[in-house]
Amino acid sequence: MAAISPTALKGALVAPTQTLSNEELGATARRIRRHIVQMTSAANSGHPGGSLSGVEILTTLYFRIMKHDPKNPLDPDRDRIIISKGHATPLVYGTMAEAGYIPVDELKTFRSLGSKLQGHTVMQKPPGVEMTGGALGMGLSFALGCALAGRLDKRDYHIYCLLSDGDSQEGQTWEAIMSAGHHAAGNLTAIIDRNHIQNDGYSDYQRYPDANGNRPKRPGGWVMSGGGHTANIMNLEPFEDKWKAFGWKTWHLPDGHDFDALTTALNEARAHTTQPTVLICETTKGKGVSFMENNPAFHGKAASPDELAQALKELSD
Amino acid sequence: MVQTAKTEATRAALGPTLARLAGEGLDIICVDADLGVSTSAIKFGEAFPDRFFPVGVAEQNMIGVAAGFASCGKIAFASSFAVFAPGHCFDQLRMAVAQPGTNVKLVASHAGVVVGEDGASAEALEDIGLMLSMPPFNVIVPADYTQAVQAIETAARTPGPFYIRTSRPRTPIIYNDTHRFQLGKWDQLRDGRDVTLIAIGELVVAALQAAETLAPEGIEARVLNAASLRPMDRDALVAAANDTGAIVTAEDHFVTGGLGSLVATTLAETTPVPMEYVGMRDRYGTSGTWEQLLEHFGLTPNAIADAARKAIARKP
Repeated sequence: MAAISPTALKGALVAPTQTLSNEELGATARRIRRHIVQMTSAANSGHPGGSLSGVEILTTLYFRIMKHDPKNPLDPDRDRIIISKGHATPLVYGTMAEAGYIPVDELKTFRSLGSKLQGHTVMQKPPGVEMTGGALGMGLSFALGCALAGRLDKRDYHIYCLLSDGDSQEGQTWEAIMSAGHHAAGNLTAIIDRNHIQNDGYSDYQRYPDANGNRPKRPGGWVMSGGGHTANIMNLEPFEDKWKAFGWKTWHLPDGHDFDALTTALNEARAHTTQPTVLICETTKGKGVSFMENNPAFHGKAASPDELAQALKELSD
Repeated sequence: MVQTAKTEATRAALGPTLARLAGEGLDIICVDADLGVSTSAIKFGEAFPDRFFPVGVAEQNMIGVAAGFASCGKIAFASSFAVFAPGHCFDQLRMAVAQPGTNVKLVASHAGVVVGEDGASAEALEDIGLMLSMPPFNVIVPADYTQAVQAIETAARTPGPFYIRTSRPRTPIIYNDTHRFQLGKWDQLRDGRDVTLIAIGELVVAALQAAETLAPEGIEARVLNAASLRPMDRDALVAAANDTGAIVTAEDHFVTGGLGSLVATTLAETTPVPMEYVGMRDRYGTSGTWEQLLEHFGLTPNAIADAARKAIARKP
């Protein structure tokens, strides 16, 4: 299937066509996934797992929800997506390439000397990347600043912020959650790519299968899994209740890869203007590539040439 | 030019200056972490409540929020005590401000041992080192209230990251209203040919007093106010080394990472001359009145004069 033409987004800042079918979005998502595994393998480094988990989230935002214009990426009235999980550059650049911000060919320069596409995000390199990222926990504060500036200037843009499990463990994130609730930042929506896996292993037991394939809840503490990964790094639950307690309106999406659910929740969140809003999206780390799914090993490791061939086979149209 | 009859704290310059500039139409906002009364930022909040954003005691968030505002075109000020900002938020200043060059101005008060009674944990002696470690931050330490007003106005009108260090006690006003602070320019407050005393903050007055002490001994000391630490005045420094052949630095901060390091690094690659340091070395502050602490830690006119004699004796 042909790429969605960037010219479809050219001109006025209106939300991109809502008439794109789920099949068309799915095809775009598959191309983004292929970019992710190809970019990281070409660079022989990078973060494929947490990039693959957020593909449907960014695809829905860029192709169904956000007002933006790749021909005018600094338009002051644009919606903004702040990437707090700044290591997910393969996801960000892959999506921006499909949306017309980056030539697809440039993706192969990822992480190499002289490329605009560094390993972690750099503000406005390329134009459209809203914030420098890499150290977790900083995105939501930045997003809140953008949201409050929009309110002060009486602009009707909306701010989105993509966070990870690890982001949600940083103290600064909770400072930002508290202050966004205090300031009732109704033009701010946080989106959690809740894949339950981080650098050293599993955030909590929910995605850690035991010998029987069960995912029991167990008390805290440090435990090694059979695969050499930590099995209980830091439990975030009751996660949704915490956001609520800080004054946020919440949505819990049991399947963060479902375009319809994402579209509905994002539209409802945008329409809810009296509180900041958050979508907690249950996602699968490494989604779409069988040997990467729920596998902490691919948090920060690229596929080998053989693995890449297998991944591309699984991601073919 | 120099007057010493009146006193005022440099920290008192922030709020009134921001309020005046916003009144003139500058698109200023200020993020505050529950110390606006002490840093004087609250005066801006009283004048422009819709442009003043409290975030509670959350300095990391304060810097991130300010950077977000800046990315949307605002002149974003943030203020706290120097132990908390940059102390609490080096990483946020590095990633959200320094690297992308966002238009954030951090004005930190209560720096140095002159904080006084609050004791060691409240006395920032590392902040200049932290901020000088991060290009492209402009780093300014005003010597008095008048210069603080000028420095804040310069920061507001100049795009890019700024750090301005102010302090708690009322100190002598040495500049009159005709003073114009210039980024990258060190003021020569007194000329001399035997030694140059380079000082920042409240120790500028101490350096002037040291020069008075040395004069009857036949020692003519040049005095430079190095308020603009970055950009620094390389020409003035090299000229001072060439003209006087000996240098003394004076600061209420660790010599390592502070004015002493900055001057020594530059002299080493240009015009090495004998150099002595007056500043904090290898120990933290403590409680006492601010005047007692300056005396206790040897940050005094007499200490500067002694250092000058030593530097002169080391001339080849």
